[in-house]
Amino acid sequence: MALDRVNAVVIGAGAGGGIVAKELAEGGLRVVLLERGKWYTAFDCRKDDLRNQRTSVLGCAFGPDDERNRRVTVDAQGRELIVLPSDGAYQNNAACVGGGTFSYGALAWRYLEKDFRMRSTYGAVEGSTLADWPISYQDLEPHYEKAEWEIGVSGDESNNIFRPPRRRPLPMPPPFPSREHLLLKAAALRLGLHPFEAPMLRNTVPFNGRGACMRCRWCVGFACEQDAKNGTQNTVIPKALASGNCDLRTECVAKEILTDDRGRVTGVAYFDADGRLREQPADFVVVSCSATETPRLLLNTRSRLFPHGLGNRYDWVGRNLQGHAYAGAYGLMEEDVYDDLGPGASIGVCDYNHGNPGLAGGGALSNEFIRLPYHFASLRPPGVPRWGAAHKEFMRRYYRRSLAVHGPVQEMPVFDSRVQVDPRVRDAWGIPVARLSGTNHPHTIEIARYVAGRAEAWLREAGATTTWLKLPGRGLSGGQHQAGTCRMGNDPQTSVVNSYCQVHDIDNLFVVDGSVHVTNGGFNPALTIMAIAYRASEHIVRTWKGTQMRS
Amino acid sequence: MRRKVNFTRRQFIRVAAVGVAAAPMLGCGAGNSPWRFLSKQEGETLAALSDRIIPEDQFPGAARAGVVNYIDLQLMGPYKRFRSVYRRGLTGVDQTSQAIFGKGFVALSGAQQDGVLKALEKGNAPGAIWKEASSREFSDLLLGHTMQGFYGDPRHGGNREGVSWQMLGLPYPPIRGRRHYDLTKTGTVPSG
Ligand SMILES: Cc1cc2nc3c(=O)[nH]c(=O)nc-3n(C[C@H](O)[C@H](O)[C@H](O)COP(=O)(O)OP(=O)(O)OC[C@H]3O[C@@H](n4cnc5c(N)ncnc54)[C@H](O)[C@@H]3O)c2cc1C
Ligand code: SF4
Repeated sequence: MALDRVNAVVIGAGAGGGIVAKELAEGGLRVVLLERGKWYTAFDCRKDDLRNQRTSVLGCAFGPDDERNRRVTVDAQGRELIVLPSDGAYQNNAACVGGGTFSYGALAWRYLEKDFRMRSTYGAVEGSTLADWPISYQDLEPHYEKAEWEIGVSGDESNNIFRPPRRRPLPMPPPFPSREHLLLKAAALRLGLHPFEAPMLRNTVPFNGRGACMRCRWCVGFACEQDAKNGTQNTVIPKALASGNCDLRTECVAKEILTDDRGRVTGVAYFDADGRLREQPADFVVVSCSATETPRLLLNTRSRLFPHGLGNRYDWVGRNLQGHAYAGAYGLMEEDVYDDLGPGASIGVCDYNHGNPGLAGGGALSNEFIRLPYHFASLRPPGVPRWGAAHKEFMRRYYRRSLAVHGPVQEMPVFDSRVQVDPRVRDAWGIPVARLSGTNHPHTIEIARYVAGRAEAWLREAGATTTWLKLPGRGLSGGQHQAGTCRMGNDPQTSVVNSYCQVHDIDNLFVVDGSVHVTNGGFNPALTIMAIAYRASEHIVRTWKGTQMRS
Repeated sequence: MRRKVNFTRRQFIRVAAVGVAAAPMLGCGAGNSPWRFLSKQEGETLAALSDRIIPEDQFPGAARAGVVNYIDLQLMGPYKRFRSVYRRGLTGVDQTSQAIFGKGFVALSGAQQDGVLKALEKGNAPGAIWKEASSREFSDLLLGHTMQGFYGDPRHGGNREGVSWQMLGLPYPPIRGRRHYDLTKTGTVPSG
């Protein structure tokens, strides 16, 4: 059943999609925002340590659900497995209004100048599609600023000598330091590092009409009962709706993008909350489903003109799936350091993002979010048994005495680490599911080893008497920081979208989410996804006023 | 370590009687079982197993903290998919015990039980079932679920009265903010 035509359909109300919907709606366009998940609020915050977006052993609190969703993974030996959203191998992010930004940890870094020029900085890396972005840090700078002020970031980077130039400071101060923060800061200074108060998309003072963080124990992976964590669900999406130009439709699952026989996009076919198939005609479509679901949707849209899926003329859709290789260390102290002051992560150093001897990059280090008891039960130094009386004694003695420093090591993109659609397995709506295969690049693991060693040295300086490393495996990366599967570039033969996120051979189709990242920085990616969304939106609104996207 | 088999068995009945939401009658436990899914005997084996993973000391062990209740409840919900793994795995544990010590797991001494657990963990446990299923995978699953039931939130049927959190020195109740809400309303395990 066809609905009234609108100017734009934005698919996915996450980090990228939420911003595009708001910018377009405020720019005067009629927008339909489709989201497969529900709209949760602060009142849906259950603080359930076994059922959230980070520890999902009993399910993903903020979607997708285990009942209706599946993926297929293929391991290094070629073995296929059907996995559920609550399994780690599913590489889940989220499915709800706000996407990952509803429950994220909210670290809010800008990438560094070199992160946009990895290939020029380090040269070719064998077995990797490492490349420069078609845009520079300077191109994104004003949009980073807009994200920091409109979504809301706290922190203080003044001691970070590696920070790229910025015109405007962050709108909010950092929270007051925890005991762990003070210990780590002093140690970092003794080591000659440049610690600073990590930027966070979190209110530390009343801002944007909402209150300040109250420093709880359950931040990353959980909703915020204080509504102090800033995502698109409590900032730009309400603004989009307030404009009167945006119609948000939740629990609506996009099935495929509609095209005509001239190769232009004409709308979106989706299942509504009652499972009815609908067709929403539009002048153009923006896909913002995240780096695994976006390629899935493009590849599921096939026609005579696009036999291999949309934007996939040169077989780049779904390629270069990456996340971050988390590297770091744990340390045990001989006295209590836990003071129950969340969220945990608070101090960062960028000393190891670049310039590491013989290595093509690195990653930011920061202290970890609070480790809840079940999580801590899986961590122990070599020598401590996994179970039994000694393990229980270890838990009791060290739960309040542990430190953890880690960081998202920038990955070397691998062409064969990819999202495809599975030829057999379908989800509850009958749509072919994503099929994930590939491995991490060996050099990524080398870099991670180095960065983990630096983290360990930092913990030792802070007084940890026992330390051990946390190292990534060779398995496929993606998950919360998934990116890279619809690469941005100037050459249509080696990328999927141009620098404004427009699909190369389809003028009225855009991809605006983590998929477009060429490389993923040595940082959590959300602020960069937001900045790119502001930049692309500005372009779309400008183009719209000229051509109406009609050819 | 002291053994708690009789004591914990009494505890089971109490926990089950106090009951956590999901209707016990729906279960597949045999007629005389206090559990929703597990049989009486499976429950006893699981209690003994989990009590070796987290033994009783000055704080309750896994069984007294409600780990069997946790696992049984999840087997009615999100862990439905592990039902046959448990059914076969718990039988396999007894097969291994019989093969090594000539007795069922529950009847072994603590040290013998640890020996069985270590054999399972290594993946070379004797027993017919372990020719088709991996004992290592079963012991990993059991370890994970036991930790969840002991260290996870009490709302899921384990960690009774937040006993593990008390042990770790974590203040309870956990809500620090101005928005208080009823934890019994939603966010529990979908039943049946
Ligand atoms: C627990 C957790 C912690 C994190 N911590 C941090 C952090 O500290 N800092 C940071 O920078 N990042 C963090 N992230 C990552 C961050 O949330 C993501 O990078 C970001 O949300 C990705 O943005 P996106 O626009 O690409 O996709 P998303 O935000 O995932 O949005 C995609 C949306 O599209 C919807 N969708 C997908 N397919 C369809 C379909 N077919 N039809 C309709 N809708 C669809 C999804 O439901 C989803 O809402 C964290 C994520 C998680 C889960
Ligand atoms: S730590 Fe602060 S921002 Fe995070 S959930 Fe708790 S109150 Fe909200």
